Amino acid sequence: MLLQVKNLQCGYGALEVVHGVSLHVCTGEIVGLLGANGAGKSSLLKAMVGLLTPWHGRIWINSRLSGWAPAWRSVSNSVVLVPEGRQIFSDMTVRENLIMGGYHNPDRKSDIDIILDRFPKLRERIGQVAGTLSGGEQQMLALGRALMARPKLLLLDEPSMGLAPLMVEEVFAEILKLRDAGVTILLVEQNATATLQIADRAYVMETGRIILEGEAADLLQNPEVKRAYLGKSYKEVWE
Amino acid sequence: MGSEILILQYLLSGITKGSIYAMVAIGFNLIFSATGVLNFAQGEFVMLGGMIAVTLSFYFPLPVAVAGAVVIVACIGCLLELLFFRPLRHHSILHMIIITIGLSIVIQEAALHIWDEKVRSLPYFTGNEISSVKIYGAAISPQVLWVLGTITVSVILLHIFLRYTLQGRAMRACSSNPEAAMLAGINISNMRTLAFGLSAALGALGGCVISPITMTQYEAGAPLAIKGFAAAILGGLGNPMAAVAGGLLIGIIEAFSVSKLPAAYNDVSAFAILLLVLFIRPHGLFGSPSGQGVREF
Repeated sequence: MLLQVKNLQCGYGALEVVHGVSLHVCTGEIVGLLGANGAGKSSLLKAMVGLLTPWHGRIWINSRLSGWAPAWRSVSNSVVLVPEGRQIFSDMTVRENLIMGGYHNPDRKSDIDIILDRFPKLRERIGQVAGTLSGGEQQMLALGRALMARPKLLLLDEPSMGLAPLMVEEVFAEILKLRDAGVTILLVEQNATATLQIADRAYVMETGRIILEGEAADLLQNPEVKRAYLGKSYKEVWE
Repeated sequence: MGSEILILQYLLSGITKGSIYAMVAIGFNLIFSATGVLNFAQGEFVMLGGMIAVTLSFYFPLPVAVAGAVVIVACIGCLLELLFFRPLRHHSILHMIIITIGLSIVIQEAALHIWDEKVRSLPYFTGNEISSVKIYGAAISPQVLWVLGTITVSVILLHIFLRYTLQGRAMRACSSNPEAAMLAGINISNMRTLAFGLSAALGALGGCVISPITMTQYEAGAPLAIKGFAAAILGGLGNPMAAVAGGLLIGIIEAFSVSKLPAAYNDVSAFAILLLVLFIRPHGLFGSPSGQGVREF
């Protein structure tokens, strides 16, 4: 098991946002984590990489207890988070963004070429300041930057947010390719349909708790999921 | 003396003073970019650099004394970050700015106790007080060339560091997006310490080269901090290279104001510029209105 979370509680200030969540991700899987805005998905991811200190509960990465180390150490655990809203270094060039992603990677020079082969659009823009890229290109850059650290586990926070439908398809195709290349993926999304189509398993979160979990194919058929997350009306579901 | 030569003379003296303001302004920028703090103890680094170099020059040859002073002040800068700013990371930026003002007073008092209130100076690096170089008819001290050369070289080196080295890029990444920098595995606390060390070193170097011209005294730092701050604001906070332009401009304006206004009004021009910029163009000459600036304070 690559990632295991047991009974995790965390939050901001005095406000608890995640109320005891347990989940696991096995090597080679794509696991979806669905839920509406404010369900605590992003906070859960932040706790996994050390941006938030867990109040209670345990996190194991590669069977090693983690969760209290500062965030900059998570990279050496081979866990990389692509944060919500992409968070690229907007006043640095595309190349510099990639170099920063490989800050701890001694082979960063040769890895840049591999990333650019994967995302040919970035090669065209290599010297451009990252803030001038389109939303889709920025998402690709955020992915590429994360891959520069050679992660075993990639945590993706809403990669489809704010992208045109065609770009969303492209991003999800890229995620599938990454899995085939041996990267394990925990995918946090509001776009439930697209996520359940590529994921192996999924969890559904609501107000800080996991309310459903199972095989992605089963969840696609689950009436509760259909009603709440797949945008079907009651009538469609119950007929 | 012809008026062109007089103008050139004013210009050169303005550029010399302006170079030191630029050094201080770069220091402001480095720390501001890395931590969001405006470090009003920046002028004290210049003062300490000069004072320590003067003391060391009694025991060592001049180049060693200057290098030693720069290293010692850089360590002091790192130490200040480790002792005061790292533990107080979770306080508001305003708290930390007030702490820098407090530190500036403490450092001045300490300097008064370690040395005394006497005005000191390093010997001229080459030649002496009366040797001069003629440039287009204007006579300038060779020390002015030392100041300009040192500052040009350090600005270029800093630029190369920030643009082309891994650690320099990491430093820019930290100011661009601290959270993303952390996620990339950059230890941003150490980057902040490095920023303090670097700007302390730059300030100290400026303090050493200017010392033969302007002399050094325990309270020489505070006015430099204010003028360096004015230069940083004029250039636009967050851009070390714009700070150089800001510093030179303020130095030149000051020098020319002496020719028109009574000498007592010398300091007024820097403050007038500071206020004007804050009122009319708070993001500075080269900053973008949407970028980070002083408006948040």
